[in-house]
Amino acid sequence: MIDVQNLTKRYGQHVALDGVSFSVNCGEVVGFLGPNGAGKSTTMRILTTFMAATSGTARVGGDCVFENPMRVRERLGYMPENNPLPPDLRVGDYLKFRAQLKRLANGDSAQRIAGVMEQCGVADVASRFIGQLSRGYRQRVGMADALLAKPELIVLDEPTAGLDPNQIRSVRKLIRDLAGGHTVLISSHILSEIEMTCDRVIVLHEGRLLASGALEELMAKTDAKVIAEVRASLADAKEWAAKLALGQAECTEQPGGFVRCRFANASSIDAREKIFASANERGWLLRELMRQAPSLEDLFVSLTCGKGSGE
Amino acid sequence: MSVFRVLVRRELSAFFQGPTGFIIVAAVLFLIGLGFVVVLSGLNDQATPMPVTQVFYSTYFFWVILLLIAPIITMRSFSMERASGTYETLMTAPVGDWQVVLSKFAGALIFYAILWVPLLVCSVVVRFYVGESAVLGFGSLVTSALGILLVGCLYMSMGCFASALTRNQAVAAVSGFAMGAALFFTGFFSFFADDRSDWISQLARHVSLANHMESFSRGMIDLGAVIFFLSFTALFLYLTHKVVESRRWK
Repeated sequence: MIDVQNLTKRYGQHVALDGVSFSVNCGEVVGFLGPNGAGKSTTMRILTTFMAATSGTARVGGDCVFENPMRVRERLGYMPENNPLPPDLRVGDYLKFRAQLKRLANGDSAQRIAGVMEQCGVADVASRFIGQLSRGYRQRVGMADALLAKPELIVLDEPTAGLDPNQIRSVRKLIRDLAGGHTVLISSHILSEIEMTCDRVIVLHEGRLLASGALEELMAKTDAKVIAEVRASLADAKEWAAKLALGQAECTEQPGGFVRCRFANASSIDAREKIFASANERGWLLRELMRQAPSLEDLFVSLTCGKGSGE
Repeated sequence: MSVFRVLVRRELSAFFQGPTGFIIVAAVLFLIGLGFVVVLSGLNDQATPMPVTQVFYSTYFFWVILLLIAPIITMRSFSMERASGTYETLMTAPVGDWQVVLSKFAGALIFYAILWVPLLVCSVVVRFYVGESAVLGFGSLVTSALGILLVGCLYMSMGCFASALTRNQAVAAVSGFAMGAALFFTGFFSFFADDRSDWISQLARHVSLANHMESFSRGMIDLGAVIFFLSFTALFLYLTHKVVESRRWK
């Protein structure tokens, strides 16, 4: 569905995208992951024909986004960053306007608009002005617009930014429901976001492609942290942590005579059993033993510095 | 063509969804009314051989309305969409750059034309009371309307160009006003040119909007003026299209 080769975008001296290549198959849900300024929105703007790349090629469904923008736009549903909407229109009127722009046949469009409003949960605010809607509703109006023409490719730039947890959950469900029928590209700087919705991630950092693949594969290369709280003196705990040889350990005293040890590099083999056995051997009371899932930060550290560099 | 119509309708509805459009209409209505009162009281005092339409242009009201209101009509066309970000959803819908440029221009021009309807009503009222066709002939009324429309084409295309250049509506209005005022005042050189025939004087006469409008208000269609207005309109629409297209330059 999407084929990107050596995409580069420069704004004057600043390089926003630097030779990025990737491809996305039909029906896949793919997440763009990266911190702010990584080039996610730039890539999306090029793919949606909003702007041109400095060099490199991008094809959507076989059509070049630069040479054949109309063909690409016809198979595209796009929700830009911050989901811009005209505040002076009513939800129903806005979707009708968009349906006409997207050349939905008049007979079908009323039915289709009702359909997407139902699907995105905005049917109850159809007659309200967009400017008066809450952020969550506005986000869903933007999604409804993206889905309107039953596009082959749906591009959503940070669809959950600024939403509360309940709204995030409903948006996630919506995206998951789209899988299969559409090819979906979403961007986020939150790892768990991508984890829950996407089959595959593309990690961007400072305009370069860091990694691409299933998230589990990428995470497997990243070291998980293990946290253990034992009842012992700080000196004993430090000596114990060093003996365990699980990489750099950080020990801090807790109230009630406990010490909290944080093993930064607990390797891919689960170190929890080893820690438990060892504490048990010394007869120490172990009140917490936890494996902490790696964060986006950890993933970046491991991708940029290679494996095992710790924090 | 239906997409074009949808876009024009959206442009027009944007004027009347909020108070902006109504405020502009009210301001123009006030200025037209004031201008007409001044013209009529002048006519009562002394007989004049000029048709009423021509007298109206020789007052400053027409030009004040044109210079001040034109940039206010066009300032939001591109700037607001760019500032709010809806430009991105518009330009990624299956809509061509020319369709967007022409629909914004057409929307502004239609709104501009609506603004001048009260002038027509005023003229009819005068015609009714005076009852003398020499004062306000049907022909001069039609050519005046054509002149107003043509000068509107030029100013709307210029304003659209100014609006396409920036995402700040105030900057769009001020730069649109500056361009319009510059063109208008350049024409003032023709007052000094008199009947000199050097190229600067000829150029000054050619760009003088007041000269062009005068011939329209006398009931004549000056082909030179028509070509002048239409060619400049085409130039500014072309430039606007280039600006819209420039986001996709490598």
